[in-house]
Amino acid sequence: MSVARHWRETPGRYNLIGVKCGNCGKVFFPKRTLCPECRRSSMGKMNAYKLKAEGTVFTYSIIHDAPAENNSIKPYAVAMILTDDDVLITGQLVDVELEKVEIGMPVRAVLRKMSEDGETGVINYGYKFAPKN
Amino acid sequence: MRDVAIIGIGTTKFGEIWDASFRDLGIEAGLKAMHDANLTGSEVDGMFIGNMSSGRFINQHHIGALIADYAGMASRNVPATRIEAAGASGGIAFRQAVMAVASGMNDIVIVGGAEKMTDVTDEATNSILDSATDQQWEATMGVTFASLNAMIARRCIHEKIVTREEMASMAVNSHAHGALNPDAQFRKAIDLNTVLKASMVADPLGMFDCAPISDGASAVVLCPLDMAKKYTDRPVKVASSAQASDTLALFQRKNITTFDATVAAAKQAYSLAKIEAKDIAVAEVHDHFTIEGILALQDLGLFKRGEAGKAVMDGQVMVGGKVAVNTSGGLKARGHPIGATGVAQIVEITKQLRGDADKRQVPNAKYGLAQNVGGTGSAVVVSIMEAI
Ligand SMILES: [Zn+2]
Repeated sequence: MSVARHWRETPGRYNLIGVKCGNCGKVFFPKRTLCPECRRSSMGKMNAYKLKAEGTVFTYSIIHDAPAENNSIKPYAVAMILTDDDVLITGQLVDVELEKVEIGMPVRAVLRKMSEDGETGVINYGYKFAPKN
Repeated sequence: MRDVAIIGIGTTKFGEIWDASFRDLGIEAGLKAMHDANLTGSEVDGMFIGNMSSGRFINQHHIGALIADYAGMASRNVPATRIEAAGASGGIAFRQAVMAVASGMNDIVIVGGAEKMTDVTDEATNSILDSATDQQWEATMGVTFASLNAMIARRCIHEKIVTREEMASMAVNSHAHGALNPDAQFRKAIDLNTVLKASMVADPLGMFDCAPISDGASAVVLCPLDMAKKYTDRPVKVASSAQASDTLALFQRKNITTFDATVAAAKQAYSLAKIEAKDIAVAEVHDHFTIEGILALQDLGLFKRGEAGKAVMDGQVMVGGKVAVNTSGGLKARGHPIGATGVAQIVEITKQLRGDADKRQVPNAKYGLAQNVGGTGSAVVVSIMEAI
């Protein structure tokens, strides 16, 4: 992925910045221009909102058949996390024994290396999730 | 709006077809469908082609022009339009063709679906499949297409909607039917243990919970119902075709144990056809992963929520059961050349309603349904065909 394509999503990827609709109060991640509930009446009112970085595992999978760039870390866990803002986010689970992953497990977001661009050497960072304790 | 009929069908064998190129496959399916409809070619006035990713699989875009050209339609300047909606490309191409004929804009339309997947490595194929998810907020996180379906499966098991064994029985059902379909990629029955003990892809889904990588093409010819008898004495009526959208990313939904787009498309399709779910005798559903097959049975209203898995386990979706599902072998055993799948489903339903399905024939089927899904339920098309 190009450097710019990753860089322009930095606020979302580094700091879990989503948006809150100024019309109905619903929170969305990643940022979007229109509230899917309010549409036109949300225009110009989708304000930056930092998600709570804690939540629980809503569902998960252990990936055995991995994309080439993740072959060195397989098997690894991915999950959908229900944050304390009641927003779902998908990401990798780290610092956890795979057998111990379960639905309902408390987690927190951590900043980790996500990928490395082989040509430019640029390292991309973003959120992953680790057990809370 | 005019009623629309299917007057011709054709398909290649599905599988790893080393000696055939993308254009070879597309033309073979198209010519078979034209032959079946007793057309010379000069009658055709429109073409639609379902294809997900020829650009990445064979580095060829602009396949509307390619297929029109090699089908001999370019010399007659017949318009050809390519439709992309990931796994639903074929089914949505079919719906576009139905609308073109229903509207009166076209009379004789050929709709094809094709994908040539085995010219690239399996790793490249998986990366292309992952592009049906939200590339920026799912695939970038190391989440694969299979793992998204695995997370749906895990949640369904957690909510006691289905058991692991019931889910696996969906693959047993598809293989049992695939064994009877000479065009299927896998023509071999399997047992539950084969599915349960297969190597893991994305836990809890193993190798036998997932459709294979396939080459193949399918085609159907449509015309107004009142013209159909001119070309064939066995037309099948398109009773309805409905399409619905949902969020691109799975995590944007609160409920991941149902595909709302299937529910919405099915509701409209039943209403337009003036029938109910219980009237369906035979259905082709999008079992790219076993869990998707289970969800389809519930979301289409063929079984109650929480009861589909048991029904599959009990053989109620075999030929001879309550409703025969995936008599072609489904995506799992017939194969899943992505863009071809939605059209291959229509081919199978047409065979069933004509009484041409041989050893897998559902007796006296009046209504047949095809459900085709793009991504994790982000685009769904449901079409209902009627024997006349
Ligand atoms: Zn709103």
